[in-house]
Amino acid sequence: MEDTISAVATAWGEGGIGIVRISGPEAKDVLERIFMPIKKKRTKGEGLQPDSVGETIGSPIENRRMTYGKIIDPRDGTVVDEVLAVYMKAPYTYTTEDVVEINCHGSVVSLRKTLALTLEHGARIAEPGEFTKRAFLNGRIDLSQAEAVIDLIRAKTDRGFDVAMDQMEGSLSREIKAIRAKLMDVLVNITVNLDYPDEDIEEITYDKLDRDLRDIDRDIDRLLNTAKTGRLLREGLAVAIIGKPNVGKSSLMNRFLRESRAIVTDIPGTTRDVIEESMSLRGIPVKLIDTAGIRETDDIIEKIGIEKSMDAFNRADLVIFVLDGSRELSEEDREIAEHIEGKKTLVLVNKADLTQVITEKQIKALNPESHVIFTSMESGEGLDLVEDHIYDMVYGGQVKQENGLIVTNVRHSDLMKKAKDEIEAAIFMCGGGEALDFLEVNVRQCFEYLGEIIGEAVSDTIIDEVFARFCLGK
Amino acid sequence: MNYFTMGEYDVIVIGAGHAGCEAGLAAARMGMKTLLLSINLEAVAMMPCNPSIGGSGKGHLVREIDALGGEMGINIDKTFLQSKMLNTAKGPAVHSLRAQADKEQYHLEMKKTIENQPNLDLKQGEVVDLIMEDGAVKGVKMRTGAQYLAKAVILCTGTFLRGKIFIGESAFDSGPNGLAPSMELAYNLKEKGLKLRRFKTGTPARCLGKSLDYSKMTEQKGDEVVVPFSFMNETLDKEQVSCWLTYTNEKTHEVIRANFHRSALFGGQIEGVGPRYCPSIEDKINRFADKERHQTFIEPEGLNTDEMYIQGMSSSLPEDVQDAFYRTIPGLENLEIVRPAYAIEYDCIDPLELLTSLQHKSIPGLFCAGQFNGSSGYEEAAAQGLIAGMNAALWIQGREPFILDRSEAYIGVLIDDLVTKGTNEPYRIMTSRAEYRLVLRQDNADLRLTERAYEAGLVSEERYARFKKIKEDAEKEIERLSNKEVIPSQVNSFLESVGSTPLQNKSTLAELLKRPELNYAMLAEIDPERPELSRHSLTRVEVSIKYEGYITKQYQQIEKFKRLETKKLDPDFDYQSLDGLRIEAKQKLSQIKPLSVGQASRISGVSPADINVLLIHLEKMRRRKPEEV
Repeated sequence: MEDTISAVATAWGEGGIGIVRISGPEAKDVLERIFMPIKKKRTKGEGLQPDSVGETIGSPIENRRMTYGKIIDPRDGTVVDEVLAVYMKAPYTYTTEDVVEINCHGSVVSLRKTLALTLEHGARIAEPGEFTKRAFLNGRIDLSQAEAVIDLIRAKTDRGFDVAMDQMEGSLSREIKAIRAKLMDVLVNITVNLDYPDEDIEEITYDKLDRDLRDIDRDIDRLLNTAKTGRLLREGLAVAIIGKPNVGKSSLMNRFLRESRAIVTDIPGTTRDVIEESMSLRGIPVKLIDTAGIRETDDIIEKIGIEKSMDAFNRADLVIFVLDGSRELSEEDREIAEHIEGKKTLVLVNKADLTQVITEKQIKALNPESHVIFTSMESGEGLDLVEDHIYDMVYGGQVKQENGLIVTNVRHSDLMKKAKDEIEAAIFMCGGGEALDFLEVNVRQCFEYLGEIIGEAVSDTIIDEVFARFCLGK
Repeated sequence: MNYFTMGEYDVIVIGAGHAGCEAGLAAARMGMKTLLLSINLEAVAMMPCNPSIGGSGKGHLVREIDALGGEMGINIDKTFLQSKMLNTAKGPAVHSLRAQADKEQYHLEMKKTIENQPNLDLKQGEVVDLIMEDGAVKGVKMRTGAQYLAKAVILCTGTFLRGKIFIGESAFDSGPNGLAPSMELAYNLKEKGLKLRRFKTGTPARCLGKSLDYSKMTEQKGDEVVVPFSFMNETLDKEQVSCWLTYTNEKTHEVIRANFHRSALFGGQIEGVGPRYCPSIEDKINRFADKERHQTFIEPEGLNTDEMYIQGMSSSLPEDVQDAFYRTIPGLENLEIVRPAYAIEYDCIDPLELLTSLQHKSIPGLFCAGQFNGSSGYEEAAAQGLIAGMNAALWIQGREPFILDRSEAYIGVLIDDLVTKGTNEPYRIMTSRAEYRLVLRQDNADLRLTERAYEAGLVSEERYARFKKIKEDAEKEIERLSNKEVIPSQVNSFLESVGSTPLQNKSTLAELLKRPELNYAMLAEIDPERPELSRHSLTRVEVSIKYEGYITKQYQQIEKFKRLETKKLDPDFDYQSLDGLRIEAKQKLSQIKPLSVGQASRISGVSPADINVLLIHLEKMRRRKPEEV
């Protein structure tokens, strides 16, 4: 019997609705643990009642029936999102297993939160291509599709591997490595006690063990908390769009969001406030900050806007500096360039559809550290390059996060939570005076979960350490 | 040389050490006409190093060998001098039995068993070459010109193969314990394409007991109640012999340090790789310079000799230095060495050349076991010997090989590690090498293995009947305890008397047994109806009930593990042609030839993505098949 997997099945943030898909024998159970079906009472002639007024618990989940309800965090009863959920019974589903799909309506944040809840309640995060892999292995899709599955697995995991390698350098992996080093100490001591009963070795005391385990638990907790509240997870990578008025900042934002949120006109200074919008860029949560154009002004409202702009890019992880390629560099452009010196910067030379008068050389002179991309907001030209660049920056570790964590994705926090469960089980057993060989199972499992985050297999490292540290022999 | 044929067999085993004895007995017991050859019949089941069998992990192996119908457990039960269950303060998964052996008796008893075994011939002689036909092995050539023909040959050459002993500045060709080495066979095996390499091990000096002062040491007695190794034995009563504990000191270390330069180990003469878990005393002092003392057990070698083994103190220092440093140890001031410590180097194979059945990947009919495969230790050797013997027989009979996986036995862990991961040093089993330690206990080895070996044809009817009885008795008793209700008024005074919390509501005996402070023996007081049980059943009852929760969890992990283990791979599959695999994965898979996707996943250099590619390929093949037929 396979286990139950879960993932966001739609592209991140591409539309107003995202789907969390769960597949496996426990799919329905997972849904039931976090979902409350809602029925809105219809009072005569009044139509649907607004929100909580008149709501009752709806009928239970049925096969192939779209059910309206709420995703609720069972820990504190908070409502995460209003959703439509459907349960499809095996075998007539995409994977031929029991499948649940939760259509979330809220933001990227609520989608992530819903996914996280499924992982806390019985599912594990799906690997790249795993739904399709299951569909194939269960005889659901044909051979030609299978080739594509191999490509998919290959492409995504290789990418994932690169990411893992990059993150090895990152602060998350440093933290994890530090915790694993402590776990390794504990494991080595347990191992040597179990495997060398006759050697002249200090016996493990449960007192010391308890202290060590609690220390590790605190470390994991701390990391998990940063992961939970980490700015990146909560708000996304902060990207400030900056530039003098009417160079196409708002158009850029709209292009990204594919909807008209910011006001775009040809009159300079239309964007009177800082507009923030969350989006997902190939899975990376991104907070786009569109700033008011920076210029000398007497207009009070616009002045406030400009101050806010300065503040916004001070907080930003990445600054996108937009220039108008059809006009010569102005004093204003130079001023902005000065302001953002030292910030990680991506320069967009916009209006590539018009005759270009700015050269890359000029920009390099202005800001030697920056990366330059020529774009046209009119045609959308160059936007894919912008996405590529942001993606590479994040996974290449070029963008530093203030609180020390580079990327905290759902897979990481999922594994960390599992690691925490294991260490807590071990502490509990330690308190009960359970035998070392039982306790060791949990400690080792904890070690392995953390190893998965940074892509380190457990292999024989513990045994190597035993021999390196203890003098043993016949 | 004029060669002449002296006999025809199904199976020939080269070497009658611990691997060879089990291999020969297993093949013969499975109905094969078997020849067991040893360079010297004094070397049959010889223990050239420590005089003990079992210990952590190793004790598990002996139990498993016994459960499979092997001989090691029965033989040590007949010949032990002292027995101890180690690690009893810890959980049942790491309880490990260890016995001191009477070396001479051990050798003689095993030799007698072999001599009395139908289908099995034991002969003295040195094999110098293999007879090959169309790339397959067909027999062996002896130094004397005799040749023996066979369908399968098992190599169990131990430390004899191009053995070389080092004592200080002196180095000479020799097998263990001064016996003749096997030189020519090594060259001929190389010529057949086997990739041989050098490993090294060592042994401490033996001294006379009468030259020691035991009053300066701590006595180490055996257990009062001896637990037998073999499931066939219920109780073993015997006057036990003690071991003695003493320690090195700064003086010892000074002497050794002053003579580092005279050690073969540091002199650079030794090219072989030694095991980390069995370092020589000079290596210990070099690597753990801050350790003020090292313990050593003085262990008897047998009842008919005064020789004592100085455990933990193997060395390749010259004899004068040996004399000097041993004498700095309390109790050893006047010691008389009768056999000096030595290091020994020998040829062995890279086990990655072997299939999980221990058959060589490119030479049909050639099986390999023991130190020749890069392991270390009597128990590791015996375990492989038994499996190689079984698989040689099964191969001749045209049956499926007998493969134990990592969730079934320590033997499975041992062999899988060797043939899948390989080893860079003599490999020793440890309980921490097993992922499913809670299930692979020594108390349930028969439950895990006897039925399977019975089906393969190795287990006798007598053993099988006894196995059934132990199993059923335990099951019945577990059932009885689980159903036996106890009410507070009946048991609370007993519970209070042993410091256990009184019951509020009715419960069962099984529930009470789960309490850490209670055990089966204690519950006798409130359980007058309990049946008479064999020791083996009783231990099982206790462990099964007490640790049910943990054990169940582990079975769930095993179930997950088995998913990939049951997806079989064809060892001859052409990985080079499979798109999607990375180049490194292609090379490794082609070299190791895993038998299952699970085994493939343990090969270093094969990534989870590669495993997915394999799974998808397997499924493609499965769907294509019906169309092709």
